[in-house]
Amino acid sequence: MRKATRWFSRNLIRIYAVLGFTYLFIPVLYTFAFSFNNSVKSNLVWRGFTWNNWRNPCGAPDICNALGNSLKIGVIATFIATILGTLIAFALGRYAFKGKGIVNMLIFLPMATPELVLGASLLTMFLNFGFNPGFLTIVIAHVMFCISFVVVTVKARIASLDPRLEQAAMDLYADERETFRRITLPLVAPGIAGAALLAFSLSFDDFIITNFNSGNVNTFPKFVYISAERGLPPQANVIGSSMFFIALIVVLLGQVVQRRRKVS
Amino acid sequence: MGDASTSAKGDLKLSNLTKSFGDFIAVDNLDLVIPEGSFFALLGPSGCGKTTTLRMIAGLEEPTAGSIHVGATDITYERPYKRPVNTVFQNYALFPHLSIFENVAFGLRRRGIKDVKEQVDKVLDLVELPHLAERKPNQLSGGQQQRIAVARAIVNRPALLLLDEPLGALDLKLRRQMQIELKWIQTEIGLTFVHVTHDQEEAMTMADTIAVMNEGRIEQMGSPADLYDNPKTTFVANFLGQSNLIKGSIESNGADSLVVNLFGQKIGVPRARSSAKDSSILVGIRPEKLRILPEGEATHGNILPGGVISDVSYIGVSTQYQVEMPWGQELMVFEQNDDGIAPLDKGDRVTLSWEPIFTFGLDGREDATAGSEVHVDEEE
Repeated sequence: MRKATRWFSRNLIRIYAVLGFTYLFIPVLYTFAFSFNNSVKSNLVWRGFTWNNWRNPCGAPDICNALGNSLKIGVIATFIATILGTLIAFALGRYAFKGKGIVNMLIFLPMATPELVLGASLLTMFLNFGFNPGFLTIVIAHVMFCISFVVVTVKARIASLDPRLEQAAMDLYADERETFRRITLPLVAPGIAGAALLAFSLSFDDFIITNFNSGNVNTFPKFVYISAERGLPPQANVIGSSMFFIALIVVLLGQVVQRRRKVS
Repeated sequence: MGDASTSAKGDLKLSNLTKSFGDFIAVDNLDLVIPEGSFFALLGPSGCGKTTTLRMIAGLEEPTAGSIHVGATDITYERPYKRPVNTVFQNYALFPHLSIFENVAFGLRRRGIKDVKEQVDKVLDLVELPHLAERKPNQLSGGQQQRIAVARAIVNRPALLLLDEPLGALDLKLRRQMQIELKWIQTEIGLTFVHVTHDQEEAMTMADTIAVMNEGRIEQMGSPADLYDNPKTTFVANFLGQSNLIKGSIESNGADSLVVNLFGQKIGVPRARSSAKDSSILVGIRPEKLRILPEGEATHGNILPGGVISDVSYIGVSTQYQVEMPWGQELMVFEQNDDGIAPLDKGDRVTLSWEPIFTFGLDGREDATAGSEVHVDEEE
């Protein structure tokens, strides 16, 4: 009895960790497992193992069209939001100007506003200005909510950058442009890359705002939501799991590169 | 070095240089000439304006007024990358994403020099770290980073090398070693070094000339020995080493010597070594110049009897005494342990004496404690 108690107290933190990770990963595992389900109509009951869903991920009607739209929107929105957000982050992180405090606060606002409100008011605005909801309105909406996240991420990286490094570069005959190119940008780049990944996953994932502003353009989250009412095809699990593994690989690659840089 | 200003050579001349941040005057109307090829130290406590002065010379801070010249070239408002000046930054500011080789080559490459290898190798040899060329800065120890920071600056052969507290982050032993090395490098390549520090020992070890700065002004400038032996203000007397400062009044004014009354005791002060403006004087004497003898023993020179030892610290090479004088002031005495006689004890009654030529006189209205507390804060 005593032995058991001691074992328990010694391994408490491990047990806690295992429970925590189980809690986190059960839904992912579940999604992954059911991507192999030989389902009929709905993917709620296990009906046996099959490779079919993985062999034919576009098997469900319209799923790959929706996925393609999501990827396209994600890439375009990420590209624009990363550039604009990085520029804003440099302005806020490096320069003193009138109204800087207000801009700093306003940048946080889209993150704090409920998505439902944002989505609804964006739709109202688009309609008032005579835009037909569609691909373009989705991109505009995504750029808008991604910018805040990019700004916050890149600004944090800039804040951690020692200003003396840039001064040292200027001291060593590099003019402003060369200093930015050779010192500032390479050192802030990991932050920008992180911000871009974050923006992409936010865009790819977004349902609420997209749903308001998409008209009849289908995106992957919208596809999942709509088909869930009739029964989600297992191909959705295939694509969901694939996204998870791609993200995992990106993270692992990042760590390997970082470790190799430290060693060399 | 195609640019006219980057090839400027000659003395560094600061004229009426002033920098204020709002109401605060960091550097106050500074006039200074630093001769070409000298090792010059700006010494002072933090906030005295020495780093601001350095940053104005480097072009990282714009002066509020005044001018900066190297030789005949005015560089007051020149961009930092167009000045014949390189800096060794306080925390080295090595570029973390570049190799040591590329760090050192940075300045050469920016000036459009294609073949940098020979020069970089040569300077890495000079700082004795050629084997680290391919490493990244974070793989180097503090001392190695310090030397690379020096190498990265001197490889450009600037007219002027600025060192901003370059040894502040090193431990004491390494600091001593780097002091000697820096001095050697300076002699070897013959560049003008301007060194900013709050460490009086560091300044005295390395510099030919020291300017002691306080509250944006230069208190006094001179060789280390000159500043130590003949301080002109209480700030210098206390900031450079330790001083006993005793309040007195001048009784008579001879041709070579002043007679000063120190609490009833008459002593002599060489006239040339006094900066007193009227009869009120602070008589200064360094602790190691004082002789300490048991009461009643014969002595000569300036004499102050009636002291009582209130504290004794034995430090190996010397013994430090605190002596309470009849007027309540504690004086400090450092005595070399070179005579084989056992140190005196706490409570012993003693007579202090010294040679009049070691005495210096300061303006009696100055604050006798100015500059004495600042070291302690800085070392933390």
